[in-house]
Amino acid sequence: MINLAGRDILHSWGKFAFTGLGLGLLIGVTLTMAGVYRGMVDDAKVLLNNSGADLWIVQKDTLGPYAESSSLHDDVYRSILGLPGVAQAANVTYLTMQVRRGDTDVRAMVVGFEPGQPGEPGYLTAGRQITRSHYEAVADVKTGFQLGEQIRIRRHDYTVVGLTRRMVSSGGDPMVFIPLKDAQEAQFLKDNDAILNERARTATNPSLNRPGVPGLLEAIQASQASNRNVNTVLVRVQAGQSPEEVAAPIRRWKHLQAYTRVQMEEILIAKLIATSAKQIAMFLVILAIVSAAIVAFIIYTMTLGKIREIAVLKLIGTRSSTIAGMILQQALGLGLIGFIVGKVAATFWAPAFPKYVLLESGDAISGFIAVMIICALASTLAIRAALRVDPATAIGG
Amino acid sequence: MNLAIFRSRSFGLILLVLVLLLAFGFVIMRAGPLAPTQVTVNPVKEGKLTPALFGIGTIEARRAYLIGPTAAGRVLRVLVDVGDTVKAGQLLAEMDPVDLDERIAALDASLARAGSTIAASDAQRRDAQARNQLAGMNVKRYQDLGEKRFVSSSAVEAKQQEAVSAQAGVSAAEANLAAARQDSLRLGAERDGLRQQRGNVRLLAPTDGIVTTRDAEPGSTVVAGQAVLKLIEPASLWVKTRFDQGRSAGLALGLPAEIALRSNPSRLLAGKVVRLDLVSDSVTEERIAQIAFDTLPTGISLGELAEVTLKLPTTQARFLVPNASLKRLNDQLGVWLYQEGKAKFVAVKTGQSSLDGQVEILDGLSGGEQVIVHSAKEISANSRLKIVESLAEAGK
Repeated sequence: MINLAGRDILHSWGKFAFTGLGLGLLIGVTLTMAGVYRGMVDDAKVLLNNSGADLWIVQKDTLGPYAESSSLHDDVYRSILGLPGVAQAANVTYLTMQVRRGDTDVRAMVVGFEPGQPGEPGYLTAGRQITRSHYEAVADVKTGFQLGEQIRIRRHDYTVVGLTRRMVSSGGDPMVFIPLKDAQEAQFLKDNDAILNERARTATNPSLNRPGVPGLLEAIQASQASNRNVNTVLVRVQAGQSPEEVAAPIRRWKHLQAYTRVQMEEILIAKLIATSAKQIAMFLVILAIVSAAIVAFIIYTMTLGKIREIAVLKLIGTRSSTIAGMILQQALGLGLIGFIVGKVAATFWAPAFPKYVLLESGDAISGFIAVMIICALASTLAIRAALRVDPATAIGG
Repeated sequence: MNLAIFRSRSFGLILLVLVLLLAFGFVIMRAGPLAPTQVTVNPVKEGKLTPALFGIGTIEARRAYLIGPTAAGRVLRVLVDVGDTVKAGQLLAEMDPVDLDERIAALDASLARAGSTIAASDAQRRDAQARNQLAGMNVKRYQDLGEKRFVSSSAVEAKQQEAVSAQAGVSAAEANLAAARQDSLRLGAERDGLRQQRGNVRLLAPTDGIVTTRDAEPGSTVVAGQAVLKLIEPASLWVKTRFDQGRSAGLALGLPAEIALRSNPSRLLAGKVVRLDLVSDSVTEERIAQIAFDTLPTGISLGELAEVTLKLPTTQARFLVPNASLKRLNDQLGVWLYQEGKAKFVAVKTGQSSLDGQVEILDGLSGGEQVIVHSAKEISANSRLKIVESLAEAGK
């Protein structure tokens, strides 16, 4: 028995192929939109992964360090290290800023970390980790920096010694890692004009610049220019310890807030990126519905376009099941081509997006199933129309 | 004819399907979960490394002098300005002496008067001595006459009493003269004291040096100990350098140093560690060392930022790995080894490291293993790996 569907496709394969291509691009857009949403959530998760911490210790009553600003003294980590169950504790600062690169600037999150401690970049794609305690940097590839290049942050030049990838802030800004002390300075250091202005203000304050107390003014000005704060202390708990148990005494006795990995994920995903993620998700739902409708209509109209041929088939006594099978096979074939084209297209254009687009296999599989179901459903409509056709139309009746 | 059309059509269709399947296969192999992680590997080799310490510091003077008055007062004049080279003993500034000169003049006058008093006392003493001599002679004469009974014994006694009085007059006159001399001495000492004070308001250079600041101008009042000028010895400039405590192992006196000044970072200046502070900064967790220049460069400024690199002695030959390959897994420091397409984590003990990122391995590796250095993403024991020369993205 000859395959009617195959014959029919061969008969008008150009039309079939182009319909499949168009359908595929539409499916590609839908998959990409799902990827954009997944990418947003993933950005938030890699931020937590990359810090390599089990606990985030921040200022009391804040949701820091990512969702809110948090400020701690940089000697807090010492008292944390003394608590039971703590394996490592390290100061980290985060600062999102425009980093100068030649004449332009790049939006980046500057991370101050201590080498060998939680918070350092987990893996490199080129170069080495930082070895000097000042003026070296590891940058994410997305910043566009290359090995050996100089980054200008505030008033110092940092040499890029290593590159990494997928180190982003929850907003998707690539990270630049620099030594903690430099980052502390960069975070709070004002420009020269502001410093001079501040000095002059202090000098004109009669209670701070008293005659007869030489050295007072200098001492006050020195204390104004230094910074001993960090944004968070990252803690790695000892193997076999539950982070929650380690966090409890910190919250209770240290007057600090401690978040576990689960709580931090909740803060990032449910609070920080909630609105924008929902925005994308809403758009994704509408796009999926529209795509489904378009797929259904295409298959329906394609069948209607063949109504005369189907009438001929009926006229020559073809069985209804054969006709129905032909339509169903064509619909599923179209869906398959569309899915493959869509998947390929989405994979090829995903890296061109400025922010991360995560194409999950699970999404692809559920997308595939959805496409097939929609095609099958749409074809039942078309089959009903085809079976109801009067064979007389074949001879112009 | 129909057959030919069908053939060309089916050919086209098959081509289309093939292209699609190829692309799909490529996509799945490259981007899906089946795609291998690209890594670069490095064989573990024995080698020596030259560890180095890196710190930043500021140029400071080993000896700086604050020149100021020892008592509160008003600045009368300042004779030098910032940047002037001064010699030891040179007058730099003068405080207002207020009434010191007048008080010296008054004491001078008092001294002169004391001189007159001494002369008067001396004359009185001589007068008393003359009286004493006369009284002595009279006593002798009256005693002779009294023995020959020419005068009454009462007349003799009267003369004897006169002689004793004259003797007492001489003693009184001598005491007066001594008092006048002591008074003169006291006044002289007082005047010398005032002259010293007068000299003290003149601020002199304690050593050869350069004036770095001029903190008070004529007319301004300063308290005791407040600086009017600051001096440094230019030959004593050094770099006060701070080294992170965590990376200061091996810091020792006499280590050779390379100093890069912020004003000219490409020119490396030679120096060495000349002092190691016993007390390190517990707040910033840094050790402090003083680095002296071998030859003092010209035109450097105090307070300038400098980067200092200290070279430690070359270590013994050991296995070396790049620091990018060191990872932490479940509380353990180690490296991922590449073994037949799979990754295997091996815990290691590390030793010293060099500034170019080589780390000594004390324990855990036996040489010849392929250590995974760079990877396109985090690797685990289940990762499928593909070795590449360098990661494509990195070159972009």
